Amino acid sequence: MSGDQLMRAHSSSLPGPTFDNPAWVTPRPLRQSRVAIVTSAALYASGDDPFGAADTSFRVIDRERRDLVMGHWSPNFDHVGVKLDLNVVYPIDRLEELAEDGVIGSVAPRHISFAGNQPDDVATIRYDSGPAAAELLRQDGVDVVILTPV
Amino acid sequence: MSVLAHIFEAAGIATVVLSSIRAMAEKTAPPRALHCEFPLGRPLGIPNDAKFQHDVLQSAFALLDEPRGPVLVDYPVVIEAESDSVACALPPRFDPNVLPAVDEARGIRKAYDRAVERIGVSSVGRVISADEVPAALESLQKVVDGAPWTEVLPNLNTTALCHDIRTYYEEAALELVNGPAPGGRALEDWFFEKTEAGKVVLAARAAIRDSGAKFPIWFYMTPGHR
Repeated sequence: MSGDQLMRAHSSSLPGPTFDNPAWVTPRPLRQSRVAIVTSAALYASGDDPFGAADTSFRVIDRERRDLVMGHWSPNFDHVGVKLDLNVVYPIDRLEELAEDGVIGSVAPRHISFAGNQPDDVATIRYDSGPAAAELLRQDGVDVVILTPV
Repeated sequence: MSVLAHIFEAAGIATVVLSSIRAMAEKTAPPRALHCEFPLGRPLGIPNDAKFQHDVLQSAFALLDEPRGPVLVDYPVVIEAESDSVACALPPRFDPNVLPAVDEARGIRKAYDRAVERIGVSSVGRVISADEVPAALESLQKVVDGAPWTEVLPNLNTTALCHDIRTYYEEAALELVNGPAPGGRALEDWFFEKTEAGKVVLAARAAIRDSGAKFPIWFYMTPGHR
């Protein structure tokens, strides 16, 4: 099997947390919505704190920043694409274009980055850092989040 | 990602996940997911292709019109990570008195510097700087030659050490590639199969494994399938 096939097979075998009675938000029209990116690529703005090996916290990325370091700990996937083009992981320029064209209402002032390699139960993210990130996005008036996994 | 989608939705924020592992999206069932069978690490699919990236985003945002969920939709285009290896010229042997890997690492330094200038930032520096890469390779070679890894490595976080070496090479390679931009696994293949440094890392990993070190110490020095 190739690297990606192995990773997909391995990840498929991991236990995934399940959610009873999951919440469902009926969003406003996209053209009126403020959109934020939340990625699990462990990106962080140059000079900010790096991610630790099993880091359950998140970093805030201001809308203007493009000098982002790839801090993901897994050696098992491509780290090169993001250096060819940040947008292939963190589509910030695409969002700016969509806002300019009136497709989305606006781009959020702050975006969020977690590390994708997490303990299997993801308890800290579920009960602590995830809700904290949600609160930060709510303060910024975010209506829609696009999640990009790494 | 899917876990975060549930959390954000509970907080009143609508979410769309770009799924990369379909079985996980099925299991965790986020409210809206667009499954994209793209190279892992490239959730928008193709670098420097704004049109393609916009199409992915448009397909993702279209899920916001669904009246109820969970919805899991497959993006129609599949991109394989496994492509032909890249043509990436390595410098000729310059100083025959040093290890081939050390010579090589010094030889690609200018390319690395150009890459960092162009990107604006480097991801080398978890535990060693670019300046320390040649010496780190020298110490890994000592491990291959039988020295205890706990005594000769500049940092005992072997995962981070090898990340820094590989990242230094991959960033330099972006300036050395002749032809189209490398696909998902192309520079990984190049590093481990074509470079002297890759050979040293693989051999040091085997030596550390054989010395009885714990699994995470040696395993994460390279991708798992190596």
